[in-house]
Amino acid sequence: MSSAADIVERLKAGERAAVARLISWAENGDPRFGGALGALFERVGRGRRTGITGPPGAGKSTLTNEFTGLSRAAGRTVGILAVDPSSPFSGGALLGDRIRMEERTSDSGVFIRSMASRGSHGGLARAAIDACDVMDAFGFEELLVETVGVGQAEFDVMEAVDTVVVVLCPGAGDGIQAMKAGLLEVADVLVVNKADVAGAERLLTDLEDAVSLRRRAEGAWEPPVVACAAGRGEGVTGVWEAVERHRAWLAVDGHLEARRARLRLAQVRGAVAEGLDGRLWRSGGLDERARALLAAGETPYDVAAELLSAVSAGSVEPEEVSGS
Amino acid sequence: MTERKIRVLVGKPGLDGHDRGAKTVATVLRDHGMEVIYTGLHQTPEMIAEVAAQEDVDVVGLSILSGAHMALFPRVKSELAARGMGEVLLVGGGIIPPEDAEALEAQGYARLFGPGSPTEEIAEWIEARMSERLAGEGGRA
Repeated sequence: MSSAADIVERLKAGERAAVARLISWAENGDPRFGGALGALFERVGRGRRTGITGPPGAGKSTLTNEFTGLSRAAGRTVGILAVDPSSPFSGGALLGDRIRMEERTSDSGVFIRSMASRGSHGGLARAAIDACDVMDAFGFEELLVETVGVGQAEFDVMEAVDTVVVVLCPGAGDGIQAMKAGLLEVADVLVVNKADVAGAERLLTDLEDAVSLRRRAEGAWEPPVVACAAGRGEGVTGVWEAVERHRAWLAVDGHLEARRARLRLAQVRGAVAEGLDGRLWRSGGLDERARALLAAGETPYDVAAELLSAVSAGSVEPEEVSGS
Repeated sequence: MTERKIRVLVGKPGLDGHDRGAKTVATVLRDHGMEVIYTGLHQTPEMIAEVAAQEDVDVVGLSILSGAHMALFPRVKSELAARGMGEVLLVGGGIIPPEDAEALEAQGYARLFGPGSPTEEIAEWIEARMSERLAGEGGRA
């Protein structure tokens, strides 16, 4: 069992296994993580963070792999976080995004980590920010976060990044239509992948219309709509240029600072919510009180109100969670 | 995000291209609540160990149907050790004659499950070993 100080030294010495272990601590809510990140925090903030999201099968992994190739060709190192949903039944997950990035395994300038969403509210976004911070502290220059754009938890992950790339493709049916509204709101760059497939033109026009119809404050970013065929490597440079344009926009008028401030707030909120949750329910005895009140015939909202006022009055004394 | 999950890499080292068994085992482990990283076919021992390190897995499971098991298990083991991952549980399955399986197990390379092993047995063996290990570490790794 290693200490936070020990793992920090190993990371500073360039040991990749230390990056991996710290990300595990972040995922598991390990109490040692906070101290370790604190010791590394002056190294955090240099990496450029790009999120890639969209419906299943749109080509997110392929595009991530292409972005990685372009970054490596430009001499920049890449840290990738690939998020997949956990099974709601078993809590387990099959994480297969690496398969499409297999050629990167032997490149020491690339680090790939798979993360299961674990179905938690808010916790995933916090863990994704933490994982990016760890890779950032190690010195990876391009940070790519790939996640399926379904479900709120996976969606929230986009708070972890500076630039959100939403990937769509033609012929995916009505499900995509329903999803599009939410995806459009988070997008900084909209990509129509599989541009060689029938229906791509139509999707491109639809998206351009949707973007131009949205109200936008003066000086706000207007997401460009870019077509590519990532599987053939066609048009990917154009997509990456759109990402670079967004970065140039972020660099002025405090836009990046605003994004990062939002990201830090999400991280703090996640940590506080999880911390409170754990302390109240596990050691504050709220479970027992709730059960007793329910058994006494009170309604759920009466029970909740009673517990909330007990918490605010400070009559619930959560035990200190012991760190190590 | 406060639960310790068992993370498993399922890999196919070497040249054989049959991964139905590996996929079946991966699915069963997923259904036991584990997070399974599947690497795909034709991996070298170096690639498998590197993925295991980046993913910080607890268990590496190899499926070998090519007959090269006597060479591959020790190589994966030493590549893991070179990356500070010597503690990882190594398990294997495939077409492995009983005498080879005994030799590999006796030398501490891996726990092997031959053809016909119930998949549940694999999951339960991993769960049992991991709960011993996590108890020894005070629940954390």
